[in-house]
Amino acid sequence: MSADTKQNTITIDGQEIPFLAGQTIMDAALAAGVYIPHLCHRQGLTPHGSCKLCVVDIASKSVTACTMPAMAGQQISNNTPALNEARKTITQMLFIEGNHICPSCEKCGDCTLQAMAYHLGMLDGHFPQFFQRREVDASHPTVMLDRDRCILCELCVRASREVDGKNVFDIAGRGTNAHLIVNSTSGKLVDSDLETSDMAAHICPVGAILIKKSGYKVPIGQRTFDLHKVSEIGLEKTILTKVRQPDE
Amino acid sequence: MEQNLGPSSGIESPPTLRRVAIDPVSRVEGHGKITLLLDADNHIHEARFHIVEFRGFEKFIQGRPYWEVPFIVQRLCGICPVSHQLAAGKAVDQLVGVERLTPTAEKLRRLLHFGQTLQSHALHFFHLSSPDLLFGFGSDPAQRNIIGVLEKYPDLALKGVKLRKYGQQIIEAITGKRIHGTATVPGGMNKPLTVADCEALLVDIKNMLAWSQDALALNEQIHTAHPEHHRFATIRSNFLSMVGSGGELELYHGGLRARSATGAMIFDQFDYRGFQDILREEVRSWSYMKFPYLVELGKEQGWYRVGPLARVNNCDSISTPLAETARKRFKEFGQGGFVQDTLAYHWARVLEILHCVESIQALLHDPDITGTDLVADLGQKRRVGVGVIEAPRGTLFHHYQIDEQGLIVKANLIVSTTSNNQAMNESVRSVANEYLEGHEITEGLLNHLEVAVRAYDPCLSCATHALGKMPLQVELLDADGTLLDRLVKGSNGVIGRTA
Repeated sequence: MSADTKQNTITIDGQEIPFLAGQTIMDAALAAGVYIPHLCHRQGLTPHGSCKLCVVDIASKSVTACTMPAMAGQQISNNTPALNEARKTITQMLFIEGNHICPSCEKCGDCTLQAMAYHLGMLDGHFPQFFQRREVDASHPTVMLDRDRCILCELCVRASREVDGKNVFDIAGRGTNAHLIVNSTSGKLVDSDLETSDMAAHICPVGAILIKKSGYKVPIGQRTFDLHKVSEIGLEKTILTKVRQPDE
Repeated sequence: MEQNLGPSSGIESPPTLRRVAIDPVSRVEGHGKITLLLDADNHIHEARFHIVEFRGFEKFIQGRPYWEVPFIVQRLCGICPVSHQLAAGKAVDQLVGVERLTPTAEKLRRLLHFGQTLQSHALHFFHLSSPDLLFGFGSDPAQRNIIGVLEKYPDLALKGVKLRKYGQQIIEAITGKRIHGTATVPGGMNKPLTVADCEALLVDIKNMLAWSQDALALNEQIHTAHPEHHRFATIRSNFLSMVGSGGELELYHGGLRARSATGAMIFDQFDYRGFQDILREEVRSWSYMKFPYLVELGKEQGWYRVGPLARVNNCDSISTPLAETARKRFKEFGQGGFVQDTLAYHWARVLEILHCVESIQALLHDPDITGTDLVADLGQKRRVGVGVIEAPRGTLFHHYQIDEQGLIVKANLIVSTTSNNQAMNESVRSVANEYLEGHEITEGLLNHLEVAVRAYDPCLSCATHALGKMPLQVELLDADGTLLDRLVKGSNGVIGRTA
């Protein structure tokens, strides 16, 4: 903290937390070791506010913590039964809108959505399953795109633009027709400029974008969420740096 | 459960005949039913065993990447998922051009499969079939279940539970979970076994050896001392199984051998990748399960049996000493020919339990098993892969075709129970004709039909079973649909007659 920066604080669930000018509530909370559930937020990428899991209450107003600037004196409710119930409902919606077959998914145990469901005590999908028909794109030699599992968080979209300096992914369509598209003449990954080393190829919190030839290689008991809780601060960096290179 | 006189029942009911349905058949894996067609004097005109479930795995794995397949298809079954994972894994090895696994990977897979076969066989004998054999086929159904065995023969029942648990511990050590773990990856395995793992598993091995020998002695005694067991549901059939290169019993990898009921060799050491040249499947309208047959013998004569009885009959030897000695006694019982007794499935199954335990002991002492070279170098990709394994219930075929992206475009699975389909029907007919013909239908007599089916240890969908307390309703109706008699077994196991 620079000497001329005035130290202000917010309060989350009764805990006083310092913040710097320009920080969001999420930034301040994570810096202080306070977990606010989230899926579409990743430090270093432009906040998106789309998954809504990080909604917190300030007085009687609900805001997304990843986009709301921290302001001195905010009294914030985060880890409350009502908010966690709402978060669980949102997570259930994410499950039933896609085709998430956790038992056979190669992302099982490494999937943040699955870990979030456990964290929030989700026991079933509750809502009727959409059973959407979504296209699998395995055309790329080292990366696979399985839209069945996409939760439209746009982490890959932002990572490609902001970190990789490319523009490989975007979201097209609206409502239930919203889907991840690939910026190439054919619409296929193989014709895009995605490379295995791109952050966009590794940032997916679910199993929508996968590195080929790495599936199931980490045994049960050694997967990310066998060893860690989703609420551990700094875990996202661990996941992202656990880049698995394909065999070829 | 339901009485259905419509054409979907599979047996047309002429005006003078009545249909009896056992639906569902209990103490088997999954849901099936038996239908009988009787005339007014209770003479059997037709008896069939139907599989009434539709799973659709072959269809819904289309479009999925090939490396996912072992972990999707293992969900076919909660009892033998390892067999499906390994059969699919062997097919995937071919897709990625791997001809030979590393020694460690192959031994890990073999160990895993021995654990699988041990736990499945133990489940079947102790939990599902021993009540029939210990209490009698027509005994009080309130006692004729694993709870009854636990009460009357607690020592035997607990040994059975622990034998099964031991097999599951092997599976857990290798795959991370007792059911539906992950182990196979293209060209190998994903985790080594540690020395500590082996030492922990070896602690109980002597008990397992002793208990499996006890169970074998019990089965031998039961079968040899009961002449009526020799002919119960017995049919003469061809046998199909995998054998090792020296003709020995082989559960993981080998050539296919088929022999006729007389013992004549139909083919031997056949490379299973060409199985479509020797096997075909026939579809019949009244069952969701196909009827496979040996091409050489044709549809009528080409049906065959698989599983423990086929394997022990078909092999020339067993590589482990105690099981080999037991096999020789089995062969002596058959007087040099095939043992065709359907109830000898139990004997052969427990003999295989002993073989599994002996093999597990040897592998846990093998230095290769704790090696760390787990994945072979991948070779030239192929579009077609065929994986075959001797699953607990018999020869299991997985056949996959992929497109240029590696996505499944076609899949065909011939599971062990499918191969035994015709045989189970023949056995049901045999029992119906011998025991039910001309008699008033009782629960005890109907259980005779289930005993015949149960001998094959069918895995009808690999769903859960309910300790002999599955709801069961059998109705007798006349040709006009008038209810003549009804036996009802509730989910609490209580049986009553209403009319």
